[in-house]
Amino acid sequence: MGNPVKISVSDANFFYGTNQALHGVSIKIRPQFVTALIGPSGCGKSTFLRALNRMNDLIPGARLEGKIELDGENVYSDNMDVIQLRRRVGMIFQRSNPFPMSMYDNVAYGVRVNGLTKRRIELDEIVEKTLRAAALWDEIKDRLHRSAMSLSGGQQQRLCIARALAVEPEVLLMDEPASALDPISTAKIEELIYDLKRTYTIVIVTHNMQQAARVSDETGFFLTGRLVEFNETKRLFTAPTNRETEDYITGRFG
Amino acid sequence: MRKFVDRTFVVLSLSATVIILSMLFLIIGNIAYHGTERLSWEFITSNPENGMTAGGIFPAIYGTVLLVLLMSLAAVPFGVLVAIYFAEYARAESRLYRWTRMAVNNLAGVPSIVFGLFGLGFFIQSIGKAIDQTFYPGRLLYAQPSILWAAMTMAVLTLPVVIITVEETLRAVPTEYREASLALGATRLQTVFRVVLPQAWSGVMTGAILAISRGAGEVAPVLFTGAAYFLPRYPSHPADQFMHLGYHIWVLTTQSTNVETTKPLLYSTVFVLLVLTFLLNITAILIRNRMRKWATR
Repeated sequence: MGNPVKISVSDANFFYGTNQALHGVSIKIRPQFVTALIGPSGCGKSTFLRALNRMNDLIPGARLEGKIELDGENVYSDNMDVIQLRRRVGMIFQRSNPFPMSMYDNVAYGVRVNGLTKRRIELDEIVEKTLRAAALWDEIKDRLHRSAMSLSGGQQQRLCIARALAVEPEVLLMDEPASALDPISTAKIEELIYDLKRTYTIVIVTHNMQQAARVSDETGFFLTGRLVEFNETKRLFTAPTNRETEDYITGRFG
Repeated sequence: MRKFVDRTFVVLSLSATVIILSMLFLIIGNIAYHGTERLSWEFITSNPENGMTAGGIFPAIYGTVLLVLLMSLAAVPFGVLVAIYFAEYARAESRLYRWTRMAVNNLAGVPSIVFGLFGLGFFIQSIGKAIDQTFYPGRLLYAQPSILWAAMTMAVLTLPVVIITVEETLRAVPTEYREASLALGATRLQTVFRVVLPQAWSGVMTGAILAISRGAGEVAPVLFTGAAYFLPRYPSHPADQFMHLGYHIWVLTTQSTNVETTKPLLYSTVFVLLVLTFLLNITAILIRNRMRKWATR
């Protein structure tokens, strides 16, 4: 196991108050890989995803036991700067949520709040670069200063991806990023994921098994808060070692 | 039988509506009819004369507008800060939250005359006195009724309205925006001021509108804290007293020796107060709509 590891999770237990949502999850997420997390609703895959950038901190009574490391640094230690962590580990949400401001200001938001640059020219460059990376530049370059709300759902989601890329994260967490989109928009997002993995480490939660099979290198199957199986995507879908995994991917439940 | 009950109910609720409406029209109609008789440009722009049996009411208009503006300047920012604490930072189980929440709710139910007495005791006799003793020894400046203290007292009275309105709008801003902002590495403060608050401007303005409506009409809080019986000068310093339309109405009604001469004046003053409150509201609503359009541009 001499493979490089970006995020290492060992024996993570997660609680909402007294309700345990994750049971002893251990996983190693490799850099510049797309790691898909699948499983039925309520299996803990989203909770797990949101534990990685500590978005769960916002929920009163939420608590993690165990260890999550990003590049060997303990994410939950007291010296971890959560603000900095979230800049390094970006997140794309299920429902696209652009701010009600212009497309330009949406992409520039993270750059501005993190004080990455003050110069207009540099900001313009970052906005163009990230919109190109999100395959949205050509569609919107003439109306950057119009409201982001005027975009279609798929465009909004790509704008959110551009917004996340603008702060130069290392990891992108995607929480069912295409589940609210039509097939064409979904295909665009998937193509985008494929392009992005050259630069970023991507963890994607999805309901859609075909999607997991298409975009990911490795896949983890969650069931009732446990990571049942984790393997190369090809292996997991063609030769699952676990009975429950097999039942799920063959559509016998879920 | 059921049909009969149903019909009766419709008739009852309709007539109740009609009664309310006719009362409103009666009041407004009466005031508009009698109030416009003596109304003239001169009445609006000149000082009262002859022991308030002649002349105009400009000092009272000026004083009321100034009071409402000062009051909003104090109540709105302060109320917004409290609302931000309530909606964005406070945890429901924290003791500070529970106590402040209770204080705000109870504040909303306190009779306005009590605020007047509070203003006299707290602002004038405590804070005002302390200011005078510290900065103006031997002089009586802030330890007496003034437009500043009247505005502060009025601000305390309207604060609960502002807080509750703004808080509700803040809570209505979807959590997804907060999450999106935090996930980009923004601090909570940045999230509140750059994402949440800009979407709540209409609520802030609604709070201001409600505060203005309430503040422009209340008399009791300014009774002891700054309203003057008669003052031909206009307040130019925070420690000056001022004339107030509502108070002026009370003065004209109860302190006049010649009811027949002051009656038309009284009607016109009431009419002006109504129009003024209406105009202040309209202004705030227009600003709010402007902001709404601008925010969703």
